[in-house]
Amino acid sequence: MVNAPRLALHGITKQFPGCLANDSVNLTLDAGEIHALLGENGAGKSTLVKIIYGVQHADSGTIDWEGESTAIANPAQARRLGIGMVFQHFSLFESLTVAENVALGLDNPGQMREMTRRIVEVSTRYGLALEPTRHVHTLSVGERQRVEIVRCLLGEPRLLIMDEPTSVLTPQEVDRLFEVLRRLAGEGRTILYISHKLEEIRALCDKATVLRGGRVVGECDPKTTSARAMAEMMIGTELSSPKRLGDAVAGAPMLRLNNLSTTSDHPFATNIKSANLSVCAGEIVGIAGVAGNGQAELLAALSGEELVPVPGMIEIEGRPVGHIGPRDRRGYGMAFVPEERLGRGTVPEMTLSENALLSGYTVDILGMVKSGMVRSVQTQGYASRVIKTFHVAARGHGSVARSLSGGNLQKFIIGREMMLEPRLLVVAQPTWGVDAGASASIRQALLDLSRAGAAVLVISQDLDELFELCDRMAVIYHGRISETVQVKATSVEAIGLLMGGVFGTSEDRQDNEGPNAAA
Amino acid sequence: MIFHDVIHELTAILVTTVFASTPMLYAALGELVTEKSGVLNLGIEGMMLVGAIVGFAVTTLTGSAIFGVAAAALAGAAVSSVFAVLTLLLLANQVACGLALTIFGTGLSALIGRSYIGKPLARIPQLHIPQLTDIPLIGPLIFGQDALVYLSVAMAVAVYWFLNRTRSGLILRSVGENHDAAHALGYSVVGIRFLAVLFGGAMSGIGGSYLSLAYTPLWSEGMTAGRGWIALACVTFSTWRAGRVLLGAYLFGFFTIAQLHAQAFGVPIAPEFLSMTPYIATIVVLVLISRKASLVRMHAPACLGQVFNAG
Amino acid sequence: MLRLEPRAQPSTRMMLATPVLAVLLTLLAGLVLFAILGVNPFDAMYAFFIQPVENWYGVAELGVKATPLILCAVGLAIAIRANIWNIGAEGQLVMGGIFGGGLGLFWSDGGGLWVLPAMFIAGAIGGALWGAIPAFLKTRFNANEILTSLMLTYVAQLLLEKLIHGPWRDPKGFNFPQSKPFESYASIAPMFEGTRLGFGFVIALIVAVGGWLLLSRSFLGFQIKVIGLAAPAAGYAGFSQRRITWATLMLSGALAGVAGVNEVAGPIGQILPSISPGYGFTAIIVAFLGRLHPLGIVIAALLIALSYIGGDAAQMSMNLPVAVASVFQGMLLFFLLATEVLIRYRIRGRRRIVHG
Repeated sequence: MVNAPRLALHGITKQFPGCLANDSVNLTLDAGEIHALLGENGAGKSTLVKIIYGVQHADSGTIDWEGESTAIANPAQARRLGIGMVFQHFSLFESLTVAENVALGLDNPGQMREMTRRIVEVSTRYGLALEPTRHVHTLSVGERQRVEIVRCLLGEPRLLIMDEPTSVLTPQEVDRLFEVLRRLAGEGRTILYISHKLEEIRALCDKATVLRGGRVVGECDPKTTSARAMAEMMIGTELSSPKRLGDAVAGAPMLRLNNLSTTSDHPFATNIKSANLSVCAGEIVGIAGVAGNGQAELLAALSGEELVPVPGMIEIEGRPVGHIGPRDRRGYGMAFVPEERLGRGTVPEMTLSENALLSGYTVDILGMVKSGMVRSVQTQGYASRVIKTFHVAARGHGSVARSLSGGNLQKFIIGREMMLEPRLLVVAQPTWGVDAGASASIRQALLDLSRAGAAVLVISQDLDELFELCDRMAVIYHGRISETVQVKATSVEAIGLLMGGVFGTSEDRQDNEGPNAAA
Repeated sequence: MIFHDVIHELTAILVTTVFASTPMLYAALGELVTEKSGVLNLGIEGMMLVGAIVGFAVTTLTGSAIFGVAAAALAGAAVSSVFAVLTLLLLANQVACGLALTIFGTGLSALIGRSYIGKPLARIPQLHIPQLTDIPLIGPLIFGQDALVYLSVAMAVAVYWFLNRTRSGLILRSVGENHDAAHALGYSVVGIRFLAVLFGGAMSGIGGSYLSLAYTPLWSEGMTAGRGWIALACVTFSTWRAGRVLLGAYLFGFFTIAQLHAQAFGVPIAPEFLSMTPYIATIVVLVLISRKASLVRMHAPACLGQVFNAG
Repeated sequence: MLRLEPRAQPSTRMMLATPVLAVLLTLLAGLVLFAILGVNPFDAMYAFFIQPVENWYGVAELGVKATPLILCAVGLAIAIRANIWNIGAEGQLVMGGIFGGGLGLFWSDGGGLWVLPAMFIAGAIGGALWGAIPAFLKTRFNANEILTSLMLTYVAQLLLEKLIHGPWRDPKGFNFPQSKPFESYASIAPMFEGTRLGFGFVIALIVAVGGWLLLSRSFLGFQIKVIGLAAPAAGYAGFSQRRITWATLMLSGALAGVAGVNEVAGPIGQILPSISPGYGFTAIIVAFLGRLHPLGIVIAALLIALSYIGGDAAQMSMNLPVAVASVFQGMLLFFLLATEVLIRYRIRGRRRIVHG
């Protein structure tokens, strides 16, 4: 049928144990349309597109592809139909080359030489520069996304699904991606664009469908709808902004980095190069940056999980601590919320009271450990207090960490660290993947902590979050940290340039392997 | 006269090194493919012993070494399939299952082998080309070996080719590198790993059969004496690169045989101490390779030993 | 088609049921095995599992064989919980026998009450030293402890052979490779008349209780568990991977060493070229059968001890090969690992594709 929509979903329903991910979802996509699928974390967007791509199967409902009723059994069949998908978490193999990675993603790659030629052709046509012989582990995150997109495009898709593509891009890279998508739409292809970033959707998309709790709660035209209206559709209630209690009154520097440089055994690591930074009591300092620019190495150096050669490179309250480990750094008043919640911040199989012990043992007055023995009364009591104070939705201190939702687990971890009454708190990705309600309370807690006199350092990819929370900001790029700027005196664009590496020094260009791809 | 003796001695050392290395080369090549797909199979010792006794038994019963070796390969694969089911389908811990396989294989081979202890068997024939084999030193080395030795070298080349030059090899490597990504791309992680494990089992079986059909043509309990573990060390030593497995197997084979030559030479060290050399050498080599953690991490299949559940 | 769905929380019911299930499956498989071997399966089962413990001597023998298994397995379980795979317990056991037994053999003084304790301490030191080597190689050079501890097992065995064929050979022993028997002050006397069960069994039980307290109540035990379950979390908490590696390897080595002394000074009564029928390896099975829990290990050890004794008994009465015992043990471990999946996963039917 000529004028049938490209894709029509009717009544798609999908149930997981304990969670109704999709509830009678209807969705219609036309040719040449850029359609946003909007909703916050946990609304069911990922599940829906996995059903479209054949990774999951719906419990009930129908799918019509270009007017014909279809069952999509697996990704290979989806690709044959003409559906391509770029996942949020890339399916790339670090130690293999770009060409090998693309070949693995195609059902019929043919000869390597022919495919390399096609890669070059497609990537130049759409302005997605790529070198087929480079190993993926040498590529930046933005470049890796290009590999994913080119891999998709080689299959000539008529529907391209993009799952949260911009969370790993600098603002300038986002603009370039949008140009590519508009070009593809102009060729008659349909783009299904999943995101929770309202300004981007308003800039890019023709139509938006809003999901909440697995259900379609509304459709709108992003170009004529305000961001606030869309946000309220997503959340279902009125938004409230966190209360900032006036300007920060910065006290003595709690944390100071002096020419911090790291080395690593890991072949794929990004080393920190001569970083300088200070965070004072009573203020919140942020470090923005796209993943893969050295955040993990910086965090490991800050927490003490990796020691640095010169003790004075890291100072807590003036004390050189570069050579001492996490336990002693906590003794000096530092607390730390890592990026990985399950597996680093908590042990997934252990209960909340046992997980309280992970950092609680360093504070003697809590009395969790005595004469080498663990005192469960103390650990359970502490865990219960954290659960109560931070409104963690868990059955009690005996619940295992793995059974908590992402937002609640993060609330527990942040609560556990904050209730140790630290003088310095280092937080990584505080609200990544956390629903709006928990996000708001976490951000409020951070603000309250800093106003109470603690120094807070936030390392995040989320510029909105950083602009909301921080007094000062810097950017990390290829292991270097920029000068800090007052948040009130800067803009997203300016930070975006810094994130793209425009620090203004020639050394940075030498850091790039191969031609300078960014900015 | 002395020169002649030295050449003779040198030839003996080289030739016996080949004998000693061949079982480990087979087992190491098999384990390499298995580990490249992301599976760590510690049951090599058990699989080799099963291969050794089955090869011996079938050769004795049928009179044909070809049937014997084929049966050994099948037996090794069969035993490894138990490991595959446990680790790939029932998601059990790979280290524990590998150890279980070793214990079970050792016991099973002893059970099957009790009626074959002390039975003699003719060694499988070696090549003899009139002019070529008689060349001093390289003659017997290159032109005087048995079929299994030539096959082992051919397999080394084949494994290298498979892993680095074919699409199937690329897919196998990707499964070991990032099994979630491979699954997302539509590849059957479990299926590919299963085949890799079976291949490893078959190769270990053949390697074991070499011991009982060529190296010392007889059966005795536990005759692998740790060679399976040394083959494992070989794979680590090679940093998962096929070319180096060949080098490693011959190096370790030399260690196992050198002490026998030293004893024959009358080196004034107690035989028990000399017997320790292959094991101590293995530790030393392992330490030297492992020191460079970055090298290991770069080449080791990233998903080695991790459980995969598609769910 | 079936698929496996992860449970939210590991099933405690299954944790207790799976060892029982595994034992039952093994017994079933055993019946099949005996049938293949051409013997009456039920007679063989009786000879294997019931006959050996029909008298008090047999029951005491259970304790004799279980002692080294408990000692090694408790140490192993503690190490495995920290994800340290000490496969070389057999070698550490041998070194314990060499150190402790050597002390007992060459005690020139004439005896005293403190010879035996000194022997035990020496044995523990010997085992701990042998466990320290893989610990050193792992923490300093990142060398895999499975291979290093295993290679050292062969080295230890060869060292024992050298000593027995050489300097430690009993001059009055008709040139047999064996040491002279231990004097009474260096021997562990049986606790009960007519049996071989010595004080070592009590030590093993104390060790099991101690191991349980360590793992469940102590802070060191907590660190061990965290390292084994989530190594990055241990790094986050500031637990030292190095210290735990040294501690677990030396502890399990020491316990294996105690087992070694106990064997030579107790049931064997002298030093022989082979002082263990593979207790160090079988302890791995015991550790898993006991769900890596010291108290479960005691029960598991008694069961495995039964399979050892049963193997000997069945050989004598029914001419079955001794290797049957290790086939049983291997099968048991397989079934155990196979049923373990039920603890962490639920079996579900696979969903069908939705057609429009």
